Amino acid sequence: MTALHVDRLAYAYPDGRQALFGVDLRVDAGERVAVLGPNGAGKTTLVLHLNGVLTAGSGRIEVAGLPVEKANLKEIRRRVGVVFQDPDDQLFMPTVRDDVAFGPANFGLRGAELEARVKQALDAVGMAEHAERSPMHLSGGQRRRVALATVLACDPEILVLDEPSANLEPVARRELAEVLLGLERTMLMVTHDLPYALQLCPRSVLIDDGVIVADGPTRELLADASLLAAHRLELPFGFRLD
Amino acid sequence: MDLLHRPGDTAVHRLPPQVKIVAAVLTVLCVVATPRTGFVAFALYFLVLSAVWVAARIPPGWLAARALIETPFVLLAFVLPFVASGPTVDVLGLALSEPGLLAGWNILVKGTLGVLVSLTLAATTAPRDLILGLQRLRVPAMVITIATLMLRYLDVIAAEARRMRTARISRGHDPRFLWQLGATARGIGTLFVRSYERGERVHLAMVSRGWSGVLPEEVRPARGAVWLAGLAPAVIAAGVLGATLLA
Repeated sequence: MTALHVDRLAYAYPDGRQALFGVDLRVDAGERVAVLGPNGAGKTTLVLHLNGVLTAGSGRIEVAGLPVEKANLKEIRRRVGVVFQDPDDQLFMPTVRDDVAFGPANFGLRGAELEARVKQALDAVGMAEHAERSPMHLSGGQRRRVALATVLACDPEILVLDEPSANLEPVARRELAEVLLGLERTMLMVTHDLPYALQLCPRSVLIDDGVIVADGPTRELLADASLLAAHRLELPFGFRLD
Repeated sequence: MDLLHRPGDTAVHRLPPQVKIVAAVLTVLCVVATPRTGFVAFALYFLVLSAVWVAARIPPGWLAARALIETPFVLLAFVLPFVASGPTVDVLGLALSEPGLLAGWNILVKGTLGVLVSLTLAATTAPRDLILGLQRLRVPAMVITIATLMLRYLDVIAAEARRMRTARISRGHDPRFLWQLGATARGIGTLFVRSYERGERVHLAMVSRGWSGVLPEEVRPARGAVWLAGLAPAVIAAGVLGATLLA
């Protein structure tokens, strides 16, 4: 089954700057795909189209068969769970529990059902014991996992992560990877962190100048030094894949 | 946000927020409507408030520290007796204007009582409950949205300001001296832009989780007995006002 189908998606910002020039992408259910690309390549613009925050200039997007259009926005936003880059943008309620309950409550869950969903999501990221704390008082890694739980609680068809490893210490980075690998969900991960993409995503697509320039097994893409160099990407010091 | 809220589990804390909001508004209305010469009435209002503080276990020192927000108005109240015209009275050898004294007293007592009532409401009600209470009172959704956003932005802006201050101090800025205030002032402009941008991102993240402008939580309607108990201070205040006006 196709979890996500992006067909010739093009978009220009209101100021006229064209960000996407016809993106084609198909992600099957259960796949984990990394979206790689230099700064300004259009990665985040693509993400904001997936849940209908930005409206396509042309082309179309379907999430598990449902087209992204105004009439379906609520259901689309339930199906596409976006975890933003900065957890501080995502967490704003007084307690972790409230924050995790925010999404599913918006989608109509109440009472015991809501409680169960919150607990399930917090268990999945290993943060159940911190439910009553304020997100402000958590460490960076913990906040990142709570941000992930806020989206998991909506039970999305596809999880979209924007730079999940940014600003994480090595241990927190590994712990997050373990949580993500244990989720068994369709995943789209936008990142500059190439080793992280290799660890988590069997498949990668490379975006530059608003189009997909490469699509294939992550290991093959990352081993192609000339491809990476042509798009302002490179493996960190000390890494070799060839 | 914890600056004004004092979490607790007293009867006052447990009252539904909508009851407390109505009680606070009514009490403030009574205070404002009281003639400035109704000295006994003001003393009684203060007594009623004190009873609420005892019930809610709010120490007077905690309230006093936060009531300082009123200081500029207090200053005005103290200036009036010296600058107003009209008949004068001698106080400690100073000729003070009588209408000035009364006007000052009017500002001082009503302002103080108003601030204290608001502080009591804020101390016993979590910010989010205040918004839920407004929702329950059928305040228009747009007003609630604005209030929610403001609540959210306050923390965001405070954190942003802290980070910018740290960055300034790390580069040798020492705002103890008046001529260095310029950097702080310019920083406020930057702060606005940065807070605005972050607010945009927070909003985006909320919309992505299905937010449609209203907090999803339900506030249970309060029973009649709860309303009666919660409104008791306001009813007493109204009684005092009535007695003062009739006397």
